[in-house]
Parts: sequence; structure tokens; C-alpha cells
Amino acid sequence: MSINFRLNGREVEVDVPPGRRLLNLLREDLGLTGTKEGCGEGECGACTVLVDGRPRLACLTAAIQVEGKEVLTVEGLSAGGKLHPMQEALIKAAGVQCGFCTPGFVMAAYALLSENPHPTRQEVREFLSGNLCRCTGYEGIVEAVLLAAKYLRGDPSRVTPDGKTP
Amino acid sequence: MDEITQAPTRIVGGSASRLDAAAKVTGQARYADDLSFPGMLYVKVIRSDRPHARVTALDLSRVEAHPQVVCVVTPGDIPGENVVPIIYRDMPLLAEGRVRYVGEPLALLAARTPEAAEEAARLARVTYEDLPAVLDPLEAIREGAPQVAVPQAAEAGNIFNHMVIRKGDVGQGFSQADVVVEGEYRVGYQEHAYLEPQGVIAVPEEGGMAIYGTLQCPYYVQNAVAAVLGLPLSKVRVVQTATGGGFGGKEDVPSQLAALAAVVAAKSGRPTKLVYDRAEDIISTSKRHPGVIRYRTGAKRDGTLVAVEVEFYYNAGAYQTLSSAVLWRGLVHAPGPYRIPNVKVDAYSVATNTVPCGAFRGFGSPQVIFAHESQMDELANRLGMDPLELRKKNALREGDETATGQRLTESVGLLAAIERARELSDWENLRREAEEFNRRERFRRRGVGVSTVMYGVGMGAKAPLLDKAGAYVKLEADGSVTVAVGNTEMGQGAITVLGQIAAEALGVRLSDVQLAPVDTSRVPDSGPTVASRTTTVAGAAVLDAASQLRARVEAAAREFFGSQRVEIADGKVWPKDRPRDAKPLSEVARWMWAHNWDLGATGWAQGAPVDWDPKTGQGNAYFVYAYACHIAEVEVDLLTGETHVTRFWAVHDSGKIVNPALARGQVAGGIAQGIGYALMEELRSEDGRIVAPSFTGYHIPTAMDVPGQYVIEFVEAPYSGGPYGAKGLGEVPLMAAHAAVANALSRATGGRLREYPAIPERVLGLVRGER
Repeated sequence: MSINFRLNGREVEVDVPPGRRLLNLLREDLGLTGTKEGCGEGECGACTVLVDGRPRLACLTAAIQVEGKEVLTVEGLSAGGKLHPMQEALIKAAGVQCGFCTPGFVMAAYALLSENPHPTRQEVREFLSGNLCRCTGYEGIVEAVLLAAKYLRGDPSRVTPDGKTP
Repeated sequence: MDEITQAPTRIVGGSASRLDAAAKVTGQARYADDLSFPGMLYVKVIRSDRPHARVTALDLSRVEAHPQVVCVVTPGDIPGENVVPIIYRDMPLLAEGRVRYVGEPLALLAARTPEAAEEAARLARVTYEDLPAVLDPLEAIREGAPQVAVPQAAEAGNIFNHMVIRKGDVGQGFSQADVVVEGEYRVGYQEHAYLEPQGVIAVPEEGGMAIYGTLQCPYYVQNAVAAVLGLPLSKVRVVQTATGGGFGGKEDVPSQLAALAAVVAAKSGRPTKLVYDRAEDIISTSKRHPGVIRYRTGAKRDGTLVAVEVEFYYNAGAYQTLSSAVLWRGLVHAPGPYRIPNVKVDAYSVATNTVPCGAFRGFGSPQVIFAHESQMDELANRLGMDPLELRKKNALREGDETATGQRLTESVGLLAAIERARELSDWENLRREAEEFNRRERFRRRGVGVSTVMYGVGMGAKAPLLDKAGAYVKLEADGSVTVAVGNTEMGQGAITVLGQIAAEALGVRLSDVQLAPVDTSRVPDSGPTVASRTTTVAGAAVLDAASQLRARVEAAAREFFGSQRVEIADGKVWPKDRPRDAKPLSEVARWMWAHNWDLGATGWAQGAPVDWDPKTGQGNAYFVYAYACHIAEVEVDLLTGETHVTRFWAVHDSGKIVNPALARGQVAGGIAQGIGYALMEELRSEDGRIVAPSFTGYHIPTAMDVPGQYVIEFVEAPYSGGPYGAKGLGEVPLMAAHAAVANALSRATGGRLREYPAIPERVLGLVRGER
């Protein structure tokens, strides 16, 4: 069946069989391989994307569920070629190692900072506890989210709700 | 130490951002499953579902009849040898007639879509005649146990390997002891749980095969693929894709995946992708060896160690894979970082009808470290001594002899690490606070624990033939620099650290340096990316190449400027007496290119000599050691048995730290894996089948399971054989962390943890005073 939705700010229309997962639609049909599959059963968070601004696991979401919605993936955050503050902060705070969990963390953290621009360390840890990382021990990632919050507070115009960086 | 390691550095020692960070945060980094090739097929492995059986019939007719299936492979289709060559050659690529573990590959199919491949695999009909299976190593060594090991691969029965250390006379040593403690310790599997599952793509090309995959050791893979295809090594090319974590799990296993995909690609003539899902990955790939460790320690009343006797058994699984090397590291590390005059160690790796175990960060040492660090605490309790003091008293110092009779001549930072950890944690107060907390609280208990470890850097005397590295450094005509090595980036930061070494030695900026993608046809062989060896050994090779190249650039610059002495730094060159004439290096590089100078240099390095006598277990086991002291504070809920690590201090001596921010990340990550090993990570098996092979069944630490912050510091005891004085780091944090947590937990509960992981029911047992 054919579905229409907005992907990283652009309208798309695609044909998908009813059982197709959003993850396969993004990775295989649309070539957006930044969204990762770590477990395929909603336990690791590597496939986190935003659907209408809320974090969703693309491995547990049917493609047809995004009909008419706004989907944001990691590729959409730096669409203009400029890194999003969350991405900058992950580099700065050494929150990246193997990088496989990173896109999922970027999206989850983006969602957190959209709803709570002043998170405490504890709130960051709680919010991110659905995303697994095996490399960093989470320290660099948590630091990066706190740093990104500072960047974003310092210059709120740097990010718009749909993720575009002017 | 030579000059270059003593001079002040500009880039080495600085916390540069990772060279691969931007690609990773934007989702542009390409991992194995992100790649596809025209006409690519999807491979599925048909596996044994019995732990031990004769295969009496393998009916693949319905698989072949599936409309989406293009190719089916059975052992007869393997053009070369039916083997996955690792250390021994006992493991077949596809089982023939007999299966030895659940998950063993029997046959392969390739289909046009992953979904069809999945569906077709279920159509295979395998008829088994079950054989008695043995799953426990202690049962497998009993008289009359079913024979699991391929006889040629075993020393006796199911004992793959028996290795020893004999130093002094333990009988006499124990007779001098005022106190003796004794214990048996047990550990289960630890699963790597790298976030990116195993995956490869085999692509037929011009009479040979290219392999793209997530892997640590491209030359191991090249060797395995050449063996199964019957091709010369020159016809097999291995390209490493971005690798989403390894931790040892992608040391030997990718050889198996690549060989499986390659035989299908060879038969079908098409690119074939083999990517495991999480369940298949957990069921069929290597893990940390489960073990039983029996330990006896004797000491004088003042705490001086006089004798240690150890006997341990590791469950190797059905085939040897890396077990002999894992066992050897366990053997050498069993006595701990202490001065002990009398030592007897017997180490056994044992075949059972379970999935082959392999490399995992620490490589056979965390199991024995749990035992020796528990023994030190038990001893401290018996002696009424501060456990940190007891360690300090016995800690190896420069000039001391290790349990293998090796004289430590330099770079021994253990005492400095212990002292610094004590200061940072305010050890005495920390322990007092915990006691006060415990008096105040009814249902919660705090405990503080310490651990000290040593780590032999590199392959050691088990495999000195692998401790070498080549490197190639090229100055491009525009002044940028390409560095090629065969070591892989798997998240640990290798390419950034090697880039820093090249930049430092050449006098360019790190931003001028690019690491070449790892492709065995284009980069020098720098050995496997294992054993915390990359910074030390490959770093030395890069330094060698870059130093040669720098000498050449200086010679050219002397001509260019018509000056006797020139300086190079930060990508600029100038005559020493005329700094105002400084030019960008790009101008000199362009001039060199235009005047036909050779702009490339090849470097080489190998580990300092090691030696070993297998009869006595005496010798210079490793060329140098790294050290660490960890302190953990835990809080236990007495009602639920839940344990949380509340604070953590880690001090490491890994010689010169090339990139403190990346090193800190390695330590924090290792602590988290250590917390998981000690407290959470339990992989249950029933009748040789792994139960619940998922992150639902196997819990690794989340952001809520680790302390909010870690205190991490480095004391640098430089090593003359390492680039700028660097030693290895990668594995050490995990090795030290779990033992500090275990000791803290034991102190909090007043019991003694003797089995990992300390899941709540086990903790409640300790609280109730059960063993």
C-alpha cells in the first residue's frame, strides 16, 4: 500500500507491504542507514527515531503507522551540513566510541532536550536508560547531553522544533 | 628511554576529538549491514539444534525448492578445506556427520531477500541420532565422560590444554604461613553484547574474493577465507567496515562468518551478505569462558604472601578456537600483581558440548582476578588488615620478580596507582562513612572494595610471532598525510591515537592526518587488533615510519631553504635561525613532489623479546605490564538484594597516555562492563541451549546501572619500548572493575561472594549468611 509522510522535513510517498517495519523502510527502501538495528525487539534503542517529535523505536513501528506523520532521523539533524548542537556536544564530550548506538542516543537526547531544556544529570540518565551503549559506560554521553543543553540554552535560535539548524 | 620519548609533546598527550566522530554522530559511518552490492544474496545458516548427535540425514530438498532460494551449500561444495583455521584446525566450517553443540553450522542457503532466507531455513529437515552430551567442564574430565574434543586437538580426553606455573616450593611456602585462606570461585558466561551484531559480505572479484565486514583481525579473516576457498592469500582481500564494538568478540568469530559467506559467494558467483540477528549472535558466537577456580593463599602474620596455589578449569566449548591462548593469559595472570616466592598453578581448558568460547576483553584473566582479589580480601579479614594496605605490602615494584620469574626492570606504576586511588577516594574516610551508614540504616548496607591488577601487554610468549606491526606513512603533495596500518578501529580510538603519533612525529596538525581504510591488499600487516597492543606496537611502527619521513622532509627543507637546520611543527617549516620565513609544509611537500622525492615511508616494530618454558611456566611472559587500582562503593538493598554501584575511583598506569579523553572513555566503558560482569550479566543455558538469547534475557548495564560519575586518573610510568612511553590500556579497566565491585559487595553484606553474577537472589543468600 502507498503511504505519505514527512521525512526529515520533506514529503515522501512510498509503497510498502503492510507488515514492513519502519526500520526496513528507512534503511532498505529509502537508503537512510544512519538508523541502526541492534536487537530488533525494542531493547537497545539503536533504531530510535522521532515520530511527531516523540522518540519511537523503528524496529517496533510498522511503516504504515507513520502515514501523515512527521519522521525525523539522524540524517535530518545535520541536513544543512552543519552539526546539531547535540552532535557537536557528543564529539566534544567524547561520548562516541564505536558509534553504533550513537544515532539512537542523538535522537533520544534530542527528544529529551525538546521537552526538558534544563535536565538534571539524573533526569538525563533516566531518560536515556532505554538506549544501550556497550563502549562508553555512559559518562561521555550523559556529559554530552548536559553540554548540548547548555549550547541550546545559550542560543535557542540554533534549533527549530523540526530539527533544522538555521 | 630514547630522545623522542622524552621530548615535550604537542599532540601526543592532548585530548583531540576522534577522527571518526563526525561520521558517527551524523549516521554517515557505514557498518557492515549498511552496505549492499548489485545482485547481493542473503545467507542463512542451517544449524544444529542438538548438543551432541550424529546427523543421519540432512534433507534440503524443500529448501532448494523455495522459489526465492538461489543457492544451497553443504560440505561437498566447499572448494578448499572444511575448516575454520584459528589456532588449531579442529573446527569444521560445516559439520559433517556429527554435531558438537547447539548452533553448529550444518549447511547454508542464499536467497534473494532476508525474509525468504529466514523462511527457507525452516524447511531444512535434519535427522539426528543423539549422543550423550557433557556440558560441565568438571564432568567432562571425569573417567568415562563422552568424548567431545576432536582427539587430535586435545592433550588428553576432553582436556584441550593443561598449562602450569611452578615457582619455588608451595609445600614449604604454606608451612611458613601463619594464615591460609582457601576458596572456590565460579563464573558463568559473559556475552560481548557489542551493539552491532556480527556481519560480513563476500564479493567475488577477478578470480578471488573480497570480504567486507565488522571485524578486529583482517589477516585472520583473510587466512580463513583462503583456506576454505583453496585460494592463495593474494586472491583474498579483506576490508573492514565501521565496526560497532568488538571487545574480543570480533577477534576470531568473523573468520567463521566470512568463510561461511565466502563459500556461498564462490558457488553462486554473487555477493552474499551474512548478518546475524541478536539471537543468532548470542547463540552461535564466542563468549567469555565460564570457569571454576580453586585458590589457596598463605601469608605471614604481617601480611607478606608466602605461597599461592591455584587450579582452574575453563569451559572451552566444543572446539579449541582461541582457548589455548585464553588459558595461557589466565595462567600467567592467576597469581595477581604480587610478589610471591612460591607459586603453583594448574590451568585446564576443557571441551564440552557447548558453543566455543573465545576472546573477551581481559582474555582469560577476569575469571582468575575475581579469585585472587577475593582471596586478598579474605586474607585481609583474617589478618585484621586494611585490604588496601595488604595489597600495597605485596605489590610488585621495579626490580621484583613475577610469579613466572620475570624481573621487572622498568615501568611499574602499581604502587603509585594504589597510593593515588587511596588519596582520591579518601579511602579511610570512605570506609568509615560506609560503617556509619550501615549503623544508621536498617535495610540498606554500603560497602567499599578495592582491587589491583596487572596486565601483560601484547601477545606475550604464547604468540610472539603476532607481536609485530608494519605501517606506511605518506606525505601527500598538498601537505596532508595518509597513514596506513592493518589495525582496526572498533570504537577504542585506535585511528585517532595512531594519527596523533604520526602528527606528533611529523610535525603536522592532527587535522592534516587521515587513516587509510583497512583493506588487506593496501595496508601493511600490523597484526591482530587485540591484547591492548595497538597503541604500543602499531604506534611504534607508525612512529618509525613517520620519523623516517620526517628526516627526509627535513633534508628536503634544508635544500628548499638553503639552510643548515630546519624546524617543523604544526604543519609549518622554517629555517631554525629565520622563524619569520616559515612556510606551510604544503609548499615543501609540493616542492618535494615536483623534484621527485620519495614521499612515502614504511615503518616496522616488534615487541621486545619474550621467552617461556612450558614445563615450569617460567620466563619473560610479556615485554611490559600495565597496572591499575580500582575502588568501588556499592549500596545493597537488604530486602530486595539489589546492588548499585554508587561511586567509583580508577587509577591506571598504562605509561604515557596518548589521548586522555579517549583513555578516560576506555576506562569508564570497562568499568561498566565490569559492573555488568560482577552484578548483572547472566546467560542461562538448559541442556546445552542458551535460554532467552536477547537483551530481554541478558541484561547489560544501562545509564541507570552505573555511577553518575567516575573518578579516573592516570599515573604514567613510561615504557621505553612504547611510542612516547605508551603501554596498553584497553582491557585493563574491565579486569580491575568487577573485582572491586565484588569485594565491595562482600563487605556490604558481610558474606563472601564466590559466584558471578551477584544477581539479587545470590545477594540475598549472602545477606542471610549462606555461602
